[in-house]
Amino acid sequence: MRRRSEIDPEAMARAANPARIRKAPENFLGAEEIAAVSGGRRDFLRGAFAAAAALGAGAAAAQDAPKGDEMILKPQSWATTLGQPVAATPYGMPSKYEGGLIRRQSPGLTQVAGASVSFMPLQGMFGIITPSGLHFERHHQGWYDIDPNKHRFMINGSTPEFVKKAKVYTLDDLMRFPSVSRMHFIECGANTGMEWGNVAVPTVQYTHGMLSCSEYTGVPLRTLLEDCGVDWKKAKFVLAEGGDGSAMTRTIPIELVASGEVIVAYGMNGEMLRPENGYPLRLVVPGVQGVSWVKWLRRIEVGDKPWATKDEAVHYIDLMPDGQHRQYTSIHEAKSVITSPSGGQTLLDKGFYNITGLAWSGRGKIARVDVSFDGGINWVEAKLQTPVLSKCLTRFNVAWNWDGKPAILQSRATDETGYVQPGYRMLREVRGTRSIYHNNAIQSWKVVESGDVGNVQVL
Amino acid sequence: MFRFSKPALAQAIFLAAALAAASPARALDDFGLGRAATPDEVKAWDIDVRPDFAGLPKGSGTVSDGETVWEGKCAVCHGTFGESNKVFSPLIGGVTKDDVKSGHVAALKRPDYPGRTTFMKVATVSTLFDYIRRAMPWNAPKSLSNDQVYAVLAYMLNLSEIVPDDFVLNEQTIRDVQKMMPNRNGMIYDHAMWPSTAFSGKKVKPDTHAKVCMKNCKDKVEVASSLPEYALSSHGNIADQNRHVGQVRGQTTGPSAADSAAKKHPAAELADTSGCLACHAVDTKLVGPSYKDVAEKYKGQDVSGLLFKKIREGGEGAWGDVAMPPMTDIKDDDLKTLVAWILKGAPSK
Repeated sequence: MRRRSEIDPEAMARAANPARIRKAPENFLGAEEIAAVSGGRRDFLRGAFAAAAALGAGAAAAQDAPKGDEMILKPQSWATTLGQPVAATPYGMPSKYEGGLIRRQSPGLTQVAGASVSFMPLQGMFGIITPSGLHFERHHQGWYDIDPNKHRFMINGSTPEFVKKAKVYTLDDLMRFPSVSRMHFIECGANTGMEWGNVAVPTVQYTHGMLSCSEYTGVPLRTLLEDCGVDWKKAKFVLAEGGDGSAMTRTIPIELVASGEVIVAYGMNGEMLRPENGYPLRLVVPGVQGVSWVKWLRRIEVGDKPWATKDEAVHYIDLMPDGQHRQYTSIHEAKSVITSPSGGQTLLDKGFYNITGLAWSGRGKIARVDVSFDGGINWVEAKLQTPVLSKCLTRFNVAWNWDGKPAILQSRATDETGYVQPGYRMLREVRGTRSIYHNNAIQSWKVVESGDVGNVQVL
Repeated sequence: MFRFSKPALAQAIFLAAALAAASPARALDDFGLGRAATPDEVKAWDIDVRPDFAGLPKGSGTVSDGETVWEGKCAVCHGTFGESNKVFSPLIGGVTKDDVKSGHVAALKRPDYPGRTTFMKVATVSTLFDYIRRAMPWNAPKSLSNDQVYAVLAYMLNLSEIVPDDFVLNEQTIRDVQKMMPNRNGMIYDHAMWPSTAFSGKKVKPDTHAKVCMKNCKDKVEVASSLPEYALSSHGNIADQNRHVGQVRGQTTGPSAADSAAKKHPAAELADTSGCLACHAVDTKLVGPSYKDVAEKYKGQDVSGLLFKKIREGGEGAWGDVAMPPMTDIKDDDLKTLVAWILKGAPSK
């Protein structure tokens, strides 16, 4: 048994709460945390001092006072009372302590919420699957919760030569077809678009949060086109059309349809699609930007020429430095981002960190991810977490011991085609800074001595 | 061994043949699901118009007819001259007579040029016809007749100084308009972001060629941009947007959400969650009137019942031609709260 004189209250406090040894928590913690931290620590110290005082007063009394973490020594309500019954929340919700991790809008980005974006909270996510309730949103004319028994899906040809028989399917029909379930990422073409010219937003939620990844269930569009007697020789493009007010339309590459990759999906992460994500039917076009994943999908038209619809002729076109626009830019090139630690966060202390992030490519699997701690001078290879799937988010991790000195964290993805994610200098040399779409530059997070992490751009 | 008597065997063979005839073996890829679309169904939904004008319906509209449609249904969001960026990005402006000649909008080459209007970007006039017909007006899509679509497009082309005041747009003249579209030569296809050569005509490699370098990859680190101090708080309190447990915390960049929520008027929250703010704002006119304007209009009058009914059932006329859609999903008590709040001028606290 240890003697009283060996008690070092500071060391005990550190051992009980090793993350909390910094001198001025007011500068880097939220008000609630400051209260919790200083409250807990004061209580502990008070206990220790009381013990020390008791030592002076009488050794016998002091020996009886238990020493350690109150959370262990003192019985807590959740361990000493009855909890909630089953099905108290028939559709389970996240803990009330997780309320900060929600979809958020970027103030000033759009003027009306019916034609806007909400961003996914990447800064707090694990693994590769996005919880359905946090999937990013992009609506052009608001969203609807459509009665699945009133929804219809039509396939027709621009002229009768492209499909033998134009057909109508109900959800009852579609859900009887042989189905597939596959995991894919979806990213808006404008993701990271606010950052083309300079740093504009504080956190990874706003820099990269028009990104999600789910397991989708549905019928390959190829199966349905063949059911209608498609003429694969004549068909060159298909048009996908939504059933909402915007009747969103996009020209879809026939090659991806013919490969069987494009899915007419009704399922997402084991349940039906959420209304915000197109319930009861959306198109899944792996590797291609989100605008082509038409929600509330009501029609596919097969033809031999592209349609130049509004969202491929006025928006989702990439302005080049010479004033020309690249049209029909669709595939996402390899991209990655460190999600923790990331912009707007604070490291709790020096020492060990698991640097973690996501990588993805619209051209296939991620082959490797490298991470730099010095702004891109030296790199180490990160560990890819399984599964590593084609056109799906891949989680990477790398160990880091922070020595308390300034650092700049970066990640760089390479996909299975050998394409390597570029830095800002290289990307801007070709595409300038006014492109809006398809910014896949290397993201940099600067760590300063206080532990604060901020968004910077490194050339 | 079981043996058939001759008559029994004959009967069995007959039965087997009959069964086979009644249910021929069906191939497993012959699903028998779905049904043929009727020609009227295809006609109802297949309204797309391609750049080569396949799918273009007959019809016509004058610039002056278009102006009437515009002022009644479009100006509220897009501005009298299509220049407004209050609700959406500007439609009209930034194109010149020279652009109409060259087919490439010169202002697009200027990095200092503020903003890009629809007419600066769009290369194909079919795009505008197709989109207006399928999706406009924003709160009443697909409500325009084909003639109205022609007319309103004629008016927009006139505002852009592409066609004269007396122009009549129809399924023939729209082909001439295509030859005058100011950015008709403004699109390029030699990129690697379409999965085939359908547009580029040739295989195109990606436009960046980064290499995997691991040691001493550059001499110095050049930080070109960082978030200005003032912009840290532009997205609220980041501490509230992070988990309160784990290897990091969010930085405190503003008042906590709990404080802000306590200060916010409950009805303001209700207006937000009920979708009202898609078309209304407290101080400024968006698609619908501002709440301040509504309160001002009915000042000193007891119109709670009237306003309740107008929101519940929708209507038009009081604030211009844009209809208020019926709000059927809001609970009675909530709607009463909202009405009282709006008539008080929608106070924030």
